[in-house]
Amino acid sequence: MRTEDLVKALDADARSKALPLGAAWWLAAGAAIVIAAAVFWLMIGPRPDIAIAMHTMRFLSKFVFTIALAASAFVLVRAMSTPGASTGRAASWMIAAPLLVIVAVILELFAVPASDWGTRLVGTNMVICLTFIPLIGIGPLVVFLAVLRHGAPTRPVLAGAAAGLLAGGLAATFYAAHCFDDSPLFVGTWYTIAVAILAVLGALGGRLFVRW
Amino acid sequence: MSGKDEAELSRLLRAAIAGDERAYADFLHRIAALVRGFARRKIVQGGVDPEDVVQETLLAIHVKRHTWRHDAPVLPWVYAIARFKLIDAFRRRGRRIEIEIEEIAETFAEPESETVSERDVNRALDSLSPAQRSVVSAVSVEGRSIGETAAKFGISETAVRVSLHRGLAAIAKRFRAGRE
Repeated sequence: MRTEDLVKALDADARSKALPLGAAWWLAAGAAIVIAAAVFWLMIGPRPDIAIAMHTMRFLSKFVFTIALAASAFVLVRAMSTPGASTGRAASWMIAAPLLVIVAVILELFAVPASDWGTRLVGTNMVICLTFIPLIGIGPLVVFLAVLRHGAPTRPVLAGAAAGLLAGGLAATFYAAHCFDDSPLFVGTWYTIAVAILAVLGALGGRLFVRW
Repeated sequence: MSGKDEAELSRLLRAAIAGDERAYADFLHRIAALVRGFARRKIVQGGVDPEDVVQETLLAIHVKRHTWRHDAPVLPWVYAIARFKLIDAFRRRGRRIEIEIEEIAETFAEPESETVSERDVNRALDSLSPAQRSVVSAVSVEGRSIGETAAKFGISETAVRVSLHRGLAAIAKRFRAGRE
């Protein structure tokens, strides 16, 4: 087939429509939040003393970290799904969440005597954390990988990892409402590992399913 | 690249996405010429036919045109897709190349005309279902309109459009990166 002929065929198909990628991302974000919320409420729900916890800095700081991660990953994954879009600035914002956690960890180390560091870090339910963050995040991750497939990421593996970080940030935001361990030492360790699991799954999904 | 090219191409693509077929044909012809120049300059050793890269890029641009943001420049979008398809073409043929994005940004093409030979797209066409294949061939190789194609096969125009769209999507799918 000559290129000239191919152009004729493509041109005749000019009226076919697909959902614009920008709109697809917002729809996906909405769907992902609904899925994560449903899994969260059905399986664990918020901690009973949440009203009291809301008045503590440590509890609230968890949401600052996780929402910062989700927001920056959302901007990055959107850029990565569009060919030729610059990703530099979006990528540099990814430092925000880790930086906030590091600052909080340093403050915590000053605030808490060294003898308590160990118990704060180990916490009471790291296994639940490592189980439920990936479990809440897996549905959203599938949704985000589907949007990446709908898009055209020129680096599918990295884009998949970014989708995993987004799913992780979202899942951790919900999980934080359940979790009794509010110390940045706990969050910086176990939340990070749980989110990393989703990032690895995302990269794998990017490699296997995001082809165009 | 001139700013005029960029402005003209985004105008054409915006019109095309709104359903203007003439603007789309014009857009695709210009893009084909640019990508042809790009592919010929990048493919120094044999093994990959630049025209295959042109066709695979056009198909990818077509099935992924909803990823273009109307307020974003067209040329970086086009070249990112062309680069992706070029690298994939080399990969499929077991070669490795290194391309810097900055380098691409500067190498904008003079329009070049195509060379004719057996095409990868032809092989992909052969893999379609008979109905899709005959519709795609009628519209492309035979140059029939949607209406003429519908009359030829005695089916509705909608059926022609659906077969054409699915056929093109299936061909594009054959050129997905990373396939076995």
